[in-house]
This record gives sequence, structure tokens and C-alpha cells, in this order.
Amino acid sequence: MEINRRKFLILTTSIAAMTSSGEPSATSSPGAYDVHAHWWGMTIDIDKCIGCGNCVRACAVENSVPEGFYRTWIERYEVPPGEDATPVVASPDGGIHGFPPMQGADAKRFFVPKLCNQCAMSPCVQVCPVGATFVSPDGVVLVDEKYCLGCRYCVQACPYGCRYIHPVKKTVDKCTLCYHRITQGLTTACCEACPTGARQLADLKNPSDPVHEFLRNNKIQVLKPQMATRSKTFYRALDGAVR
Amino acid sequence: MSSRLKDAAHLIPLVLVVLAGVAVFLLFRQVLVPKTFGQYGHYRAAALDDIRVRPVSFAGQATCAMCHDEVATTRSKGKHRGVSCEACHGPLAKHADDPAAMKPKKLAGTGLCQGCHKADKAKPAYFPQVVPAEHSGGAECLSCHQPHSPQMQ
Ligand code: HEC
Ligand code: HEC
Ligand code: HEC
Ligand code: HEC
Repeated sequence: MEINRRKFLILTTSIAAMTSSGEPSATSSPGAYDVHAHWWGMTIDIDKCIGCGNCVRACAVENSVPEGFYRTWIERYEVPPGEDATPVVASPDGGIHGFPPMQGADAKRFFVPKLCNQCAMSPCVQVCPVGATFVSPDGVVLVDEKYCLGCRYCVQACPYGCRYIHPVKKTVDKCTLCYHRITQGLTTACCEACPTGARQLADLKNPSDPVHEFLRNNKIQVLKPQMATRSKTFYRALDGAVR
Repeated sequence: MSSRLKDAAHLIPLVLVVLAGVAVFLLFRQVLVPKTFGQYGHYRAAALDDIRVRPVSFAGQATCAMCHDEVATTRSKGKHRGVSCEACHGPLAKHADDPAAMKPKKLAGTGLCQGCHKADKAKPAYFPQVVPAEHSGGAECLSCHQPHSPQMQ
């Protein structure tokens, strides 16, 4: 039994060659889309939202979202006067049918559309035990349905309540920022359906995207900044009452 | 030198067993871990392709305008210029792909208009709102307004 250094090296290099991964993925196959040339996010202007529910309906159709679950939804805030007033938040069926009209000028009222914040440092990604949820190279938090175990760690970890277990697939489901649309030059279904332009898809790597002007010219806030998730859903005119 | 090798000879089977173990591990890993896992990070890069091929329901208004340029021009001159076709007509990618295969439903105006324009104190003040009963006494919105160019001359 002679195993000299030479044989040993030949053996180890052949094992290494065997295990090195094969050809790169065909990620560029459906159309010429460069995953490294984009960094997606969204801007939401609270002052423009009329709570019509178009975005919730559009999202449900585009992404076959099961009834009773929401990838995007609208909350209506009602903040009574007084410094220690508790805001009243309503979101009947996620706002999918709009909201019943309110009367009176005795409170501050506004709509807050919500969706996955596409965090660059997302807690949901950090807790996934199998690499089924991840931030894509272009900045979208996605779920690999073939890999998801349905363990729900990420559902608990999301500070914004944006994830649910799909009742049929039994895997986790969430906003994909309409990844199938934005990678072929379309905007998201919610933005397409928004009548007032309150929601806008933003490509932060595109120097001519209006997002840069929007971020420069307005007072901007993200949800729960104290969570340090590096959210890429930027709100204009966000009230302190919003959690 | 050679005597030292002889002293270590009993270790060789052990080393071989360890090497065999490593080889079996690497072999299993090679078979079980998908090809694109790790290409971009700790996930399967091919998942991006799986997601990208999902079907589209909303064609986008640039597509509508290619065939319905008359409506698009009318709309672009009125106050609904910022309202996309499918915000009112609903998802019509199937129609845009093949107009003969799917004809859009005819829209009833009043309910649609009220979905956006019914007065509500929670809506921002800039947005034009009406109390339908006071505004039109319950008459059909389309009996006075054109949907693609809604303001009254
Ligand atoms: C490929 C060309 C084409 C595209 C793209 C297209 N349409 Fe059409 N559309 C037609 C034709 C042709 C008809 C007439 C169909 C008929 O009368 O049977 C029609 C009819 C309609 C009608 C019904 C008109 C009626 O008489 O009731 C509506 C509404 C409509 N289209 C909306 C849209 C919208 C919204 C889009 C964008 C998603 C769109 N179309 C995209 C060709 C197109
Ligand atoms: C504010 C809502 C709204 C928007 C935005 C809108 N439509 Fe319409 N559209 C209607 C309604 C309501 C009718 C039905 C009119 C009627 O019955 O008289 C209609 C009718 C039509 C018709 C058939 C009758 C006609 O007037 O020609 C076509 C075609 C059409 N729309 C295409 C479009 C296209 C293309 C766009 C985008 C450029 C668009 N619409 C945007 C509400 C809208
Ligand atoms: C999806 C939401 C939506 C629907 C549905 C809708 N509108 Fe509008 N409408 C808008 C928006 C957005 C504006 C522009 C508001 C602004 O000035 O910024 C507007 C503007 C108007 C205006 C002009 C108001 C002014 O300032 O002079 C009229 C009139 C109007 N709409 C009537 C209608 C009628 C009639 C219908 C039904 C056919 C209708 N709208 C359906 C969103 C909608
Ligand atoms: C009898 C005709 C008539 C009917 C029916 C009618 N409107 Fe109007 N509408 C008008 C006229 C005229 C104006 C412009 C004068 C004004 O500002 O009041 C107007 C203005 C508006 C405006 C702009 C108001 C503003 O503050 O600038 C909106 C929004 C509107 N209508 C929506 C509707 C809706 C929604 C319906 C259906 C529920 C409807 N209208 C039905 C005649 C009508």
C-alpha cells in the first residue's frame, strides 16, 4: 500500500473536480435581463392614496393570491386629536373592496398601503434553515417553493407581517414585487392598477429612475426603521402613528 | 526516514477510511445539492427562472395603446390621463394577446366611478370627490361624463 504525495494530490484534485458545480444557471434564458444591473424597491406616497383597493385586487389576480390572504393590503388610520390618542386601524378584507366612506373632520385620517418591504438585510432570510428564501442579486426577497419546508420561521421573523403559508401549497408565500413582470420591463400589477401614482416601482440602480428625485425632494421614512432591516419600500408623508 | 514511515504504517488504513468517508460525503453532496445552489448566494439560483416564467395578467397600458390609440389619445388629454386602462377595465393580457379570443366585458360606469370618487374624509383633500346623491341625484355617471375624458367642458 503506497500512497505518496503525488498520488494523494491526484486523488484530491480529482475529487475537487468531481464536486465543483457544473455549468452556470440559465438565469439569463427568458429574455436578456441582467440580474446585476438592477436594485428594486418601491415608493409610496401616503398623500396620494385614495384607498380604492385597486392594488389589492390587481395583486390577487396577477399572483393568484388565495382568498383571505394578502401580498399587499391597505390600512386605514384614524388618529383622534390629543397627544396620547390611540389610532384606530382598519383593514376590512385587506381593503380589497375599498373602504366604507367616513364623515366628519374630527380626526386625522389616511390610507397606508403595505407590502413586502424588500429589505436588503431581511430577518426572514436570516432565519431560513434551508436557503429557500433569499434576496436576489437585484434586491427582491423571493421564495423558492421547491425548497421551502413550510416551517414558518420566516413568517414569525418578518417584522411587517408580510408572509403567510399558502393554504394549498403549504409553502410560504409573499410579494415577489411581481418579479415575473419587472424582469420583462413591465411595472408591478399594483403599480399598473394604482390610479393616482401613489405607488411607484423603483430601480435604485438606474440613474434616470424618478426615484432618486423623489427621495431627494421629499421627507422619506421606512416602516420600523429601528429594526435596521434596510427596507427598500420608501414612504412619503408617513405619520408617526403608523406601526 | 524509511524506519519512520514504517512506524506510521498502521495509520494508513485509518487515513484511507477517512478519505473514503470524505469522498462519499462529497459524492452525495454533488448528487443532492442542485447545480445552481450557491451561484449567487445560499440559495438555488434557478429559482429566479422558476419565478420569472409565471404568467402575466395585466398587459400594461403601453400595450393597450398600440391598438386603441384613439382611446389613448382621448384619455391623454383629460384628467384620467394618469389612470391606466386596466385600472378600470381590469386585467386584459389575454385580450391583448388575442383580441378575438377574449372580448372585454362592457363596463357599467356608476359603480366603477364611485369606487374612486365617492366622498370620503379619509381620502386626501386634493382628490376630486362627490356625494353621488347630491351630485347627480343617483343618475348614471356616464349619462353626463365620458369615462376617457371625464371633465365637463
Ligand atoms: C392586438 C390589438 C389589441 C390590443 C393590444 C388591445 N386590444 Fe382591446 N380590442 C381590440 C379589438 C380588435 C377589439 C374589438 C373586439 C371585438 O369587437 O370583438 C377590442 C375591444 C376592446 C374593448 C371592448 C370594446 C367594446 O366594444 O366593448 C375594450 C374595453 C378593450 N378592447 C380594451 C383594451 C385594453 C384595456 C387593452 C390593454 C390591456 C386592450 N384592449 C388591448 C384590439 C386590441
Ligand atoms: C376611468 C376608467 C377608465 C379608464 C382609465 C379607461 N377606460 Fe375604457 N372605458 C371605461 C368605461 C366605463 C367604458 C364604457 C363606456 C360606455 O359604456 O359608454 C369604457 C369603454 C372602453 C372601450 C369601448 C367603447 C369606447 O368608448 O371606445 C374601449 C375600446 C376602451 N374603453 C379602451 C380603453 C383603453 C385602451 C384605455 C387606456 C388608454 C381605457 N379604456 C381607459 C372606463 C375607463
Ligand atoms: C381607478 C380610479 C378612478 C376611477 C374608477 C374613475 N376615476 Fe375619475 N379620476 C381619477 C383620478 C386619479 C383623477 C385625477 C385626479 C386629479 O386631478 O389628480 C380623476 C379625475 C376625474 C374627474 C375630473 C375632476 C376634476 O378635477 O375636474 C372627473 C369628472 C372624473 N374623474 C369622473 C369620473 C367618472 C365619471 C368615472 C366613471 C366612469 C371615473 N371618474 C372613474 C380616478 C378614477
Ligand atoms: C347630471 C349630469 C351629471 C351626472 C349624472 C354626474 N355628473 Fe359629475 N359632474 C357634472 C358636472 C356638470 C360637473 C362639473 C361641475 C362641478 O364641478 O360640479 C361634474 C363634476 C364631477 C367631478 C369633479 C368634482 C370636483 O370636485 O372637481 C367628479 C369627480 C364627478 N363629477 C364625478 C361623478 C360621478 C362619480 C358621477 C356618478 C355617481 C357623476 N359625476 C355623475 C355632471 C354630472
